[in-house]
Amino acid sequence: MRIVLGFLSGLLFGVGLILAGMSDPAKVLNFLDVFGTFDPSLAFVMGGAAITTFLGYRLVWRRERPLLLADFQIPGRRDIDGDLVLGAATFGIGWGIGGFCPGPAWTALPLAAPGTLVFLPAMLIGMALATILKERRTAVA
Amino acid sequence: MPLDTVTPFTPLASTLGGFLIGLSAVLVMAVFGRIAGISGITTGALPLRRDDWDWRLAFVAGLIAAPLLVLAATGTPVRQTVPTDLLAMAIAGLLVGFGTVMGSGCTSGHGVCGLARLSPRSLVAVLTFMATAFVTVLVLRHIV
Repeated sequence: MRIVLGFLSGLLFGVGLILAGMSDPAKVLNFLDVFGTFDPSLAFVMGGAAITTFLGYRLVWRRERPLLLADFQIPGRRDIDGDLVLGAATFGIGWGIGGFCPGPAWTALPLAAPGTLVFLPAMLIGMALATILKERRTAVA
Repeated sequence: MPLDTVTPFTPLASTLGGFLIGLSAVLVMAVFGRIAGISGITTGALPLRRDDWDWRLAFVAGLIAAPLLVLAATGTPVRQTVPTDLLAMAIAGLLVGFGTVMGSGCTSGHGVCGLARLSPRSLVAVLTFMATAFVTVLVLRHIV
């Protein structure tokens, strides 16, 4: 059941990305190119997704616990730290170069464009490096 | 199609796509009680130390299967234009991977789920990565 519902959630997310045009780096880069070939579509993706999630979460949180796991695990931190800002800034630079964020990069995989086949493994290496770095710091502290 | 040609403005399809993404995020919260952040789901999909990696791996498989479903349903392959400079794509991938883990989230975790939770951390993250992405495209397309 976990596998089936996990798969269906990912499928729904991926179809949403494709329908929205977010799986196309050209469209993403045009959203970011306000002074050039600007395409504001992705603001509608973000808006539609955030509003749906805002309303849906409030319905879901009326329940005691999620369907298949023991508890809701919602990030509780509210502090703004250097990791958050520097990490997000780094991510934005990569997003602006490649036009991919993590979800669309996965969804683009079977289309097998050379740029995707380079981007995705590099992304996984970057994630592994950051994970190791974070764990080392926790171990030292 | 070169990358910097006009892409059509698609407010309706994009809103509907956003709605499906939101529905998926709500489903993940309802079933698993977790944030549907793709960077977190990706790093949590390996059976290293967490016990609930299995649904995350299945979620990633679903993401990958999506264009195949669209092809099967519509008969037309998904259209996309991916940058062809492979060195740039390698650097971009490293930055996106490192940055999303360092910053605890990406467009989905901070952008969709975080804003929906009214999280101040996510708002700061979204404004930050939007700003550096806009500046990066500005520099690469109009200055360099």
